Amino acid sequence: MARFTPENLELAHEIISRYPRKKSAVIPMLHLAQEQDGYVTNDAMAHIAELAEVTAAEVIGTCTFYEMFKTHPVGKYVINVCTNISCQLNGGEELLEHLEESLEIRSGGTTSDGMFTIEDYECIAACTEAPCLQVNYRYFHRISNDEVDEVIADIRTGKLADTIPEHGVLQRVRQTIPAAKLAGVAPPEEVVDAPAWMVRNEPILAARAAAKAAEEAAAKAAEGNAD
Amino acid sequence: MATNQYVPHAAGYVDNEGPKIVSSRFVHEDAFLLERSLATGGYEGLKKALTMAPIEVHDTVRDAVLLGRGGAGFPAGIKWGFCPPGKWPMYLVVNGDESEPGTYKDRLLMEMDPHQLIEGCLIACYALGLSQCFLYVRGEMALAQERIAHALNEAYEANLVGKNILGTDFSVDVVLHWGAGAYIVGEETALIESLEGERGMPRLKPPFFPAAIGLYGQPTIVNNVETLANLPWIIVNGADEYKKYGSETSPGTRLFAVSGHVKRPGVYEAEQGVTTFRDLIYGDNFCQGMKGDDELKMFIPGGASAPWFFPEQVDLPLEARPVGAAGSMLGSGAIVIMDESTDAVKACLRVVRFFARESCGKCTPCREGTTWEETLLRRIYDGHGRPGDLEMLLDIADNISPGPYPGAAWEAEGIEAIPFPPKQTTICPLGPSSVAPITSALRRFRHEFEAKIPQRTSIPVSAS
Repeated sequence: MARFTPENLELAHEIISRYPRKKSAVIPMLHLAQEQDGYVTNDAMAHIAELAEVTAAEVIGTCTFYEMFKTHPVGKYVINVCTNISCQLNGGEELLEHLEESLEIRSGGTTSDGMFTIEDYECIAACTEAPCLQVNYRYFHRISNDEVDEVIADIRTGKLADTIPEHGVLQRVRQTIPAAKLAGVAPPEEVVDAPAWMVRNEPILAARAAAKAAEEAAAKAAEGNAD
Repeated sequence: MATNQYVPHAAGYVDNEGPKIVSSRFVHEDAFLLERSLATGGYEGLKKALTMAPIEVHDTVRDAVLLGRGGAGFPAGIKWGFCPPGKWPMYLVVNGDESEPGTYKDRLLMEMDPHQLIEGCLIACYALGLSQCFLYVRGEMALAQERIAHALNEAYEANLVGKNILGTDFSVDVVLHWGAGAYIVGEETALIESLEGERGMPRLKPPFFPAAIGLYGQPTIVNNVETLANLPWIIVNGADEYKKYGSETSPGTRLFAVSGHVKRPGVYEAEQGVTTFRDLIYGDNFCQGMKGDDELKMFIPGGASAPWFFPEQVDLPLEARPVGAAGSMLGSGAIVIMDESTDAVKACLRVVRFFARESCGKCTPCREGTTWEETLLRRIYDGHGRPGDLEMLLDIADNISPGPYPGAAWEAEGIEAIPFPPKQTTICPLGPSSVAPITSALRRFRHEFEAKIPQRTSIPVSAS
């Protein structure tokens, strides 16, 4: 279960094919694993290591560096409340406290029904819309305590199911590159020549070199005359 | 999927009736669709660039003195020139990992007008002969990723990206890459590490900057989203037209995110050098004054990493040089306004806590220092400070970023200004950034810190 399903394996291969080196696909693949299981499992990391042709330890190393990757199960809905400076000035901390009280958990914790996890988060780039929070990385701007309660209630009744996917699902629109339109991805050591369109520079570079040579020759001649 | 309008439109942008270079399509709710983009002059810059030689495109950008919008403010045209000639392949990495506290502009550009960004990427790739472009979007910005993915799919379909773009010999792939939550990845070498699938820790530089040795050991251009979003306009209208806006040393406009205690916080496109902080805070076209008409206490001029400014600096123009000379930086155009009710210790603690949490742990002075700074500030704020804590705080700051600080000794010698940019004992500027709020707050509001530290009283000994 925790390794990639056949469909996701196909997606993983597609992601890998876009990078000159396979290891670059580790982070997108970790996201894919999180999308599949809700968090990143050890088996998934082992599978990613096989696909990227690196050791499992390297994948764990990368995975544990990033805040978004959860190596343990979390709530279906992860709520990130920003408490950084702009939000703090506009009541972000009070918002977090209110949420902690109404869900009866501390930040970092998960409700006993496995629905919600609260995180005390750093700036999520909505500073002018403070206070703000994200539910599974979907934004809610200038949100009041009452509105938060409303959002929680709507999530519980499934009203927001179309807006907010379950934790792990990040992009519901993926990039797909049709094979016929791909310009070509090759490891760096296999590319030695300048790209085709750079030959357009040559007449201009030649003209500039000629102009510079002529200028130098003129300067030399002027110098000679001065002597 | 034809459209993806299931999430509310990115809010925050306020039209201030000024010149619009990057925000021209923000009035359209559907500007993220190719159809709307093409109807409003999208990809005209690319078409024009393709009629020019690559080097002419590069020259135009250099002549326009397009300053990098990520924070350092280095001219993009000059940065492009640092690539060693004849070393192929070269890559473009777009820095869309916007996470500096206070900064909110790249997300707007990516969510509202992704085609403008893609066009800018293509122009840069064309000008420099770059083989592949990686658009690194911050992990938390799900909508931005979806909009860019959608835009790229449309652009590939319309032959605007990929093989033989618009039937010419120009071919380049633009790949959407996304992060997973780490502030430090906004540093360009950490961004490259992250793109290679590693832990996002900055590389030691100098000697080798990414332009020489970057992604996969190849020359790599790392540009900010807003920088690239300017390119289509510059190519269409020319460098001279661009320089008509803003000042001589900082031409053009910038997106400024003004947040905090103001009446109308928002993202404004304003001319650099011409507009002042006062215009931005009190101007009718901008923020319309302080919230509740309170007095301004301090403001952050360029994101959490920048030293704070105070009311006397409010008349400085929004331009890198004068702001730098006054001891701070314009950074990423993030302006956080704080009024009289703000607790300087609390604000300082919050910013330092951010750096302590986001330190990647590579360099000891930053990893240990930021944590200690947070510990000390936390106990001062909680009323458990000890005598000597402020000196210890400055001593730690001095370990991360050596320089004259507003201790009594320095002030006695008449040293007022904190050196900026700071000296650093770390690889990247994250550690020294944590020092900026401490020195700023201590210089001005030392009494607030001292008031929170309980004074030791002598215990009376009874005679009997």
